[in-house]
Amino acid sequence: MTVQLLALLTALVIVVGILEMVRRRELREKYAALWVVVGLVIVLLAAFPGLLARLADLIGVEVPANLLFFLALVLLLAVSVHLSWELSKTEEEMRVLAEEVAILRLELDRVRLRLDAPRPGTPSPDARRPDVPVQDLPRPEPVRRDEGRA
Amino acid sequence: MSDPSTGRARALVIMPAWNEQEALPGTLAEVFAHAGDVDVLVVDDGSDDDTASVAAAAGATVLRMPYNTGVGGAMRAGFKYAQRHGYGAAIQVDADGQHDPREIAVVLAGLHEADVVIGARFADKGAYAVRGPRRWAMQLLAGTMSRIGRTRLTDPTSGFRAANVAAIDLYARHYPAEYLGDTVESLVIAIRSGLRVQQVPVEMRPRQGGRPSHAPWKAAVYLVRAVFALGLALVRRWPAVPPHAPVVAAPEGVRP
Ligand SMILES: Nc1nc2c(ncn2[C@@H]2O[C@H](COP(=O)(O)OP(=O)(O)O)[C@@H](O)[C@H]2O)c(=O)[nH]1
Ligand SMILES: [Mg+2]
Repeated sequence: MTVQLLALLTALVIVVGILEMVRRRELREKYAALWVVVGLVIVLLAAFPGLLARLADLIGVEVPANLLFFLALVLLLAVSVHLSWELSKTEEEMRVLAEEVAILRLELDRVRLRLDAPRPGTPSPDARRPDVPVQDLPRPEPVRRDEGRA
Repeated sequence: MSDPSTGRARALVIMPAWNEQEALPGTLAEVFAHAGDVDVLVVDDGSDDDTASVAAAAGATVLRMPYNTGVGGAMRAGFKYAQRHGYGAAIQVDADGQHDPREIAVVLAGLHEADVVIGARFADKGAYAVRGPRRWAMQLLAGTMSRIGRTRLTDPTSGFRAANVAAIDLYARHYPAEYLGDTVESLVIAIRSGLRVQQVPVEMRPRQGGRPSHAPWKAAVYLVRAVFALGLALVRRWPAVPPHAPVVAAPEGVRP
């Protein structure tokens, strides 16, 4: 009976904990759903121990606990594969962003250099505010090797 | 980017560099002295040393990755840059000076006949030798790659390689970022996307300064991972060549 209570309590703590994390926006809803469902199943099994035994009997598993272990293993395996997949996707997205950031930084430096350079004919005190909008500037040529040496 | 003198597209040297402040100035000076009229883009891959400033001081354009992305990530950024600036050809040259800048023109000239050209050691030229498991791995890879590429490829892990517009377009999107992917897998992608891959013999030199990014004892690991990378590359599904890129290069290779 105490074991049953322990299982019930554990399941409740998991469900409440996950809901709280979702409420604080620390867990995305799509991940939370899975764990809430898992928590609820544990609550059910803890509240009605006969359920597991009957299910095991139905499938033909002799020891009900084995059914529980089997299901738990499959679930955990599936979850970790899923997380590896998500991580791979995220890493790839991060790489693409890193490439874009590097290229943008280079282009920005070039545009800055252009804007800061004193332009002949204009006694402009503020070179950072050109009369040409930035998007109308010609596309920067790749820096020729002699320019960079200055 | 059109070269006014010839009307041809310019070539971009892409140089992946990670903590290469020692070797880089020498390599860049040699490139500027011997590679003819090319632009040079050093991709500083989150170095801890002064790679970026040393490269800029030597006159190269510097692309600075926000963190280390490996040779593959750096190269894809380089190809993206080349694509957006309309370069007609891009060639990877290592920062450590192992690739002789005098041979850049030779490798680029190979683009007359192929979309991707590998500057290959062991191809009847050069004294630079590799021994032990790393050599076996290279031989295994070379045999397999030659078969699927239907051309003689003696040095598929060589980083000294040139790409024309079609290959730049492909690599700007799909240059593999995984370990060893930058060499072996990128060739498989090219071949399976219908691009022509060829090699030209070049001499390789020992590293001209600084330290190699991987220790010799990792050679055994290299063997296993190289084979794994090749296996993966072969069973993966590859995207078709981007629609606007012609599959077969124009006869003169480097296109205007
Ligand atoms: N961008 C980038 N370049 C790297 C990295 N590791 C090595 N490199 C560069 O790749 C080139 C070859 O590296 P190296 O250590 O000489 O390898 P090896 O020639 O294959 O033995 C050099 O130009 C290195 O600076 C990395 O993590 N990122
Ligand atoms: Mg090297």
